Amino acid sequence: MGERIDGIRLYGRLVAARVRAQLQYRTSFALDLAGNFFISFLDFAAILVIFSNVPQLGGWSVAEVALLYGMSNLAFALTDFAVGELDQFPQQIRDGTFDQVLIRPRGTLFQVVTGNFQLRRLGKALQALLILGYALTALPIEWTVDRLLVFALAVPAGTVIFCSVWVVAICIVFWAVDGREAANAFTYGGQFFTQFPINIYDRWLRRFLAYAVPLAFVAYFPALYVLHKSDPLGLPAWLGLLSPLVALAAAVAAGAVWGGAVRHYRSAGG
Amino acid sequence: MIAALRADLEIARRGYARYAAYPVATLAGLFTNTLFGFMRGFVLLALFEQRSEIGGYDAAATLTYTWLTQALIATVFIWGWLDLAIRIRSGDIVTDLVRPIHPLRAALANDLGRSAYHAVFRGVPVLLVGALMFDLIAPAGPLEWFAFFVSAALAVVVSFAFRFLYNIPAFWLLDFRGIAVLAMILSSLFSGFVIPIAFFPDWLAAIAHATPFPAMVQIPIDIFVGAVRGPQIAVALAVQAAWAAGLLLLCRVCFALGVRRLVVQGG
Repeated sequence: MGERIDGIRLYGRLVAARVRAQLQYRTSFALDLAGNFFISFLDFAAILVIFSNVPQLGGWSVAEVALLYGMSNLAFALTDFAVGELDQFPQQIRDGTFDQVLIRPRGTLFQVVTGNFQLRRLGKALQALLILGYALTALPIEWTVDRLLVFALAVPAGTVIFCSVWVVAICIVFWAVDGREAANAFTYGGQFFTQFPINIYDRWLRRFLAYAVPLAFVAYFPALYVLHKSDPLGLPAWLGLLSPLVALAAAVAAGAVWGGAVRHYRSAGG
Repeated sequence: MIAALRADLEIARRGYARYAAYPVATLAGLFTNTLFGFMRGFVLLALFEQRSEIGGYDAAATLTYTWLTQALIATVFIWGWLDLAIRIRSGDIVTDLVRPIHPLRAALANDLGRSAYHAVFRGVPVLLVGALMFDLIAPAGPLEWFAFFVSAALAVVVSFAFRFLYNIPAFWLLDFRGIAVLAMILSSLFSGFVIPIAFFPDWLAAIAHATPFPAMVQIPIDIFVGAVRGPQIAVALAVQAAWAAGLLLLCRVCFALGVRRLVVQGG
């Protein structure tokens, strides 16, 4: 337990140091943050273009899809903030610099994800919050204690699910270092997948990405619960309560996969 | 003249070989492009539960559009390309400047070689998966097929020139990433890569058509699915050729301006 608290403190200090470094160049940082913020709106423009042609998509209104988008993208932005450094990880395997990580007295994953923090990634989170704000004001949600709880837990749970998916997906580089682009199918693919109601996808695609990879628990099931909307797929509403449990299971599984993959690591032989 | 063309060809072959050397990367890219093809396809298909056609696109044309865009991602190289900016920052650009071939011409030859590899190994397989799983439509006849190939080649040139252009600010800026990211987002939306331009509201479509971006993705696809037909095809190809020439010229001018203020330390 002591070690765990120590780890959290170390994490805080590493983040604080990175943040201080990035704030040394205030103008550059402000421009970066603003850029990230505005650029994210072009991303949402695609959804607005879709709804300029149809009043609803798979039985979901624009505000309802905005709710999915906001929840999913907020979780994704937080994921990018927490483990975005995994994007650079294949280079460590290619160069063999992962050796250095292995000889230090800290968890390997911990060291990899704390390699760098980009505070400007929060620009994306800001945009997701705004879209979420729009969705919540536009939708007539009757807030009850259970709905509030499901909603409050959905984003942290979604973040943990996304983080787990990132970790598992990037493990492909332990076997095939050139295969890193396949990880994008699950990381950025997961972001895309969860922005839309899953009932518009074909059954086998849903089985694969919504349940086997439990992406339906990031936004879809919690959103149905909060909206008190009956599932177009006919699945029970209580699935919306399960996101935190699914997140926990995903994190445990991801930890196991990472541990197994690290044991498979062969250095670059330099 | 002949010697210069032979040099171009050799550089193009190196561009091809650079990517052919990593077959696992190709497979990984194919996997991702294909999975996205399914996801994007189902999203756009959902529109046709309520509409039978949008701006001249019916469900089959839209599915064909989706799989073509996925096939063109690597071929046209829609996502980031920062090779030039990185060479400018590191100072390696000096080596390119002392060579007898202009860096713009060498980079274009290299990119054409790259795109040939990607067209065959990242484009065709993705399109085949799409065609096996869904009822896609094909160009109306041999003339349309030919026009499509010409148009796709021009799309590569326009895309290349645009990528080269957004790398040039690295001569002036220490942090060129912001501009590059903005360029990528603008091009993916206005090229019609994310959503067909035909789906845009009129005012947004007008903005898109005033930019070079549709010449990178939307025009070849419009020719393929028959949204552009007959004599309109010639006009579309001329528009692409004009953008290609104009952007290459702009690259040449801006590059020369950048070189004038280039300072490389040490050596």
